[in-house]
Amino acid sequence: MKTFNYTVKDEIGIHARPAGMLAKEAKKYESKIVIKKGEKSAEATKLMAIMGMGVKHGEEVIVEVEGADEETACKEIQAFFEQNM
Amino acid sequence: MIKFSGKSVYKGIAVGPVAVLKNNDFQVKRAKAEDVEAEIARVEEAVEKSQEQLGQLYDKAVKEVGEASAAIFEVHQMMLEDDDYRDSICNMIRTEQVNAEYAVAVTGDNFSEIFAGMDDDYMKARAADIKDISNRLVRCLSGQENMDFETMEPSVIIAEDLSPSETVQMDKKKILAFVTVHGSTNSHTAILARMMNIPALIGVPMDLDEIHNGQTVIVDGLKSEVIFDPTEEERCEAEVKIQNEKEKLELLQTLKGKENVTLSGRKIHIYANIGSVSDVGYVLENDAGGIGLFRSEFLYLGKDDFPTEEEQFQAYKQVAQMIAGKKVIIRTLDIGADKQADYFNLGKEENPAMGYRAIRICLKQTDIFKAQLRALMRAAAFGNISVMYPMITSTEEVLQIFEIVKEAQKELDAMQVPYKVPEQGIMIETPAAVMISDELAELVDFFSIGTNDLTQYTLAIDRQNERLDDFYNPHHKAILKMIRMVTENAHKCGKWAGICGELGADLELTEEFLKMGLDELSVSPSMVLKVRKAVRESRVGVN
Repeated sequence: MKTFNYTVKDEIGIHARPAGMLAKEAKKYESKIVIKKGEKSAEATKLMAIMGMGVKHGEEVIVEVEGADEETACKEIQAFFEQNM
Repeated sequence: MIKFSGKSVYKGIAVGPVAVLKNNDFQVKRAKAEDVEAEIARVEEAVEKSQEQLGQLYDKAVKEVGEASAAIFEVHQMMLEDDDYRDSICNMIRTEQVNAEYAVAVTGDNFSEIFAGMDDDYMKARAADIKDISNRLVRCLSGQENMDFETMEPSVIIAEDLSPSETVQMDKKKILAFVTVHGSTNSHTAILARMMNIPALIGVPMDLDEIHNGQTVIVDGLKSEVIFDPTEEERCEAEVKIQNEKEKLELLQTLKGKENVTLSGRKIHIYANIGSVSDVGYVLENDAGGIGLFRSEFLYLGKDDFPTEEEQFQAYKQVAQMIAGKKVIIRTLDIGADKQADYFNLGKEENPAMGYRAIRICLKQTDIFKAQLRALMRAAAFGNISVMYPMITSTEEVLQIFEIVKEAQKELDAMQVPYKVPEQGIMIETPAAVMISDELAELVDFFSIGTNDLTQYTLAIDRQNERLDDFYNPHHKAILKMIRMVTENAHKCGKWAGICGELGADLELTEEFLKMGLDELSVSPSMVLKVRKAVRESRVGVN
């Protein structure tokens, strides 16, 4: 399993559009990608579940990637976070 | 060809296709699904159709309002693809053996409740998006014709009746005319039609089930007639009339830029009444001297929760800036009676017109009021904003308001944001306020007479009751005497007085108002130039 930590830079937090784009992106990989904030967690492929976590600006999330293509998936998803969140 | 007559509220003519506006609350019925897999297939099909509609909306919105504002439709598309949302619908169909419509409606309610309950304004607002996509799916499933104002071509709107919040949400460029089965000449729809320069007929005894979208219709506000599937001859006749009306309007356009001055040199301000930020365009187009009544209700209606201070500040500031230094008189929250928003939880009242409404809500629920006052004072730092308070009946109320204004000021001081205490006036719309206008004039900066409510309270006639239209005499002597009294009392204290009700635009009374010495008339944007014409032709004071 690969993981990385990320602090959300977007002013409105993880909002609908980036969450939707992330869901699309995450579906490209075989690996299971889970986003965690405190006790809450959601699969990256699920837009409403991610939004439901209510991640705000400046909050940190942990992203866990596990599966056959976890190496590339983790790298790409991290890049996606840097660019869009 | 089928002809009906009704009551005309704006005397214009329009020809165009029909768009029937059916009741917006989809009555989704729970039914037992015989073939569960078939229901699921129906959901898939509806999703596909919805995606297609949203794609079209997105493309269109990009062209018209730009990519940033269009993104909402893209988000809707993404939401429709959400696994949890879709799984929930399918699971419900499978486990409860219910019809697709019901499963979608229940799932939509559940998901939107989750968002509505979050402690984040942005996420709260997403509840409406989920309701929206669910409604879209239900419409696709039930084959209900889609009243999508975004994709609709300019049409004649036909409905049983229209609520203020329904009319508020319409795209005004897409509406050629209104025709309703119910309604009275003083209803909000009627007021809106006048303001938008749109022909409108109410009380038309038609059967909505026999009318379908796309049918050609002539709405003739001059003859108070509506003709479905007109003959070629009738159509030509209508086109000629439309042309004549257009020429008349063009004549009025020549009055643009001219002063509101009588032949004897007496001047009067002519301002416009508006109900939302987008109406400012009409104000400028019609060359009004300012905004005499900006109804702040649009910020509260058609919403799921109270607008934030920031949201209000931005809207007020935008209007003040758009109108470039001209006066903008913003009326504080005037909700209650016929204007309702669910989240206020106002409850049913025996007599709403005389009930818990307007300033009464503000004086009891001071948090709501203070948020609005702070937003107004902050916006006042950016333009020529005045504030007026509705439904005043006593001097005590005014003094209480001033106390709350002071509290709001202290809060702003603590927040260290720029603000300005604006000019503060009151609406005179209760007979009580008229009778004590001498005392009120000492307290406030100006009076604006709300003739609609004042007439309703003075004549004891319900504005919304169409059966009373025959008893309703807007020129009643009692009303005219009251206006004179209020104006005189204002002037005695060196304050100004205006009219912001429908009566202000009554051309038969312009002469009378000039004689009374009113300082301002605030009318629908479409009436500004017509009133200017009447003022410029007036012989008041000419020997």
